[in-house]
Amino acid sequence: MEDFLDIAGTKYRSRLIVGTGKYKNFEETRRAIEVSGAEIVTVAVRRVNITDPKKENLLDYLDPKKFTILPNTAGCYNADDAVRTCRLAREAGVGKLVKLEVIGDDRTLFPDVPATLKAAKTLVTEGFTVLPYITDDPITARKLEDIGCAAVMPLAAPIGSGLGIRNPYNLRIILEQARVPVIVDAGVGTASDAAIAMEMGCHGVLMNTAIASAKDPILMAEAMRLGVEAGRKAYLAGRIPKKLYATASSPLDGMLN
Amino acid sequence: MKIKINGEDKEIATGLNLGGLLEQLQLRPARVVVERNRDIVPRDAYGATMLAEGDILEIVHFVGGG
Repeated sequence: MEDFLDIAGTKYRSRLIVGTGKYKNFEETRRAIEVSGAEIVTVAVRRVNITDPKKENLLDYLDPKKFTILPNTAGCYNADDAVRTCRLAREAGVGKLVKLEVIGDDRTLFPDVPATLKAAKTLVTEGFTVLPYITDDPITARKLEDIGCAAVMPLAAPIGSGLGIRNPYNLRIILEQARVPVIVDAGVGTASDAAIAMEMGCHGVLMNTAIASAKDPILMAEAMRLGVEAGRKAYLAGRIPKKLYATASSPLDGMLN
Repeated sequence: MKIKINGEDKEIATGLNLGGLLEQLQLRPARVVVERNRDIVPRDAYGATMLAEGDILEIVHFVGGG
């Protein structure tokens, strides 16, 4: 069966989006991403170190022809900085897809919702395909969708916390109303978290720390790929209802007397 | 003349264009994006962009991130 993650008309086979931060080196980054099967890969925009310009660049390990590069605005605390970062990213020539995050607080890394809405408006007007990181708030999700964002990306838990999906009920409401893909972004700790998100009907999962900071990032990348695939298939297959009492699996007819 | 690159004061030769500066810094133009006095400089304009005293440059690239 054909099953794609459709973001603004582009179809992706993989529903796992991975970050490139926190790896030991570029080679480990490349291997983990390859094993994860991800087709969309997030990156950050930072100043070049001009006193010690490293010869190697992340893009030497991630072919932009093979992967969709998704620049983020991580570290931006206001709308203007986020918009500025996106404009810089676009000039790098990897497309118009951006992961918008406007951080509100460095302890929680929760998004600043009004600033995110403001930046999203500007970016959509300028022709960006905007994927915003947001709290698991259905009202914000709806507003961002109305602005013209190509997906909404509610957090499962704080970035890098590994706490898993803390509020499945809010996610369910977001999923019920959304007409754009809902991608769980941040908070996933292990493969079952990713599977749960997908079983709920989320369209994708974005993660970085859960893979990059695992004891064995390459093995965890594989686990996450399988977790996302298993969850997606289970969602499509349609799970059985939960019941309080047993239902026998073996026939009751033909029993010995 | 003095310019600022990524927050650091730098002394550069007069008459240098942006393409020449990137070469001196050993940066590959295809891997960086440059903002000059808050305006993004398109890549095909590096050679034609003459640097001036007091310019403030931001040179960025992609790094690992989530």
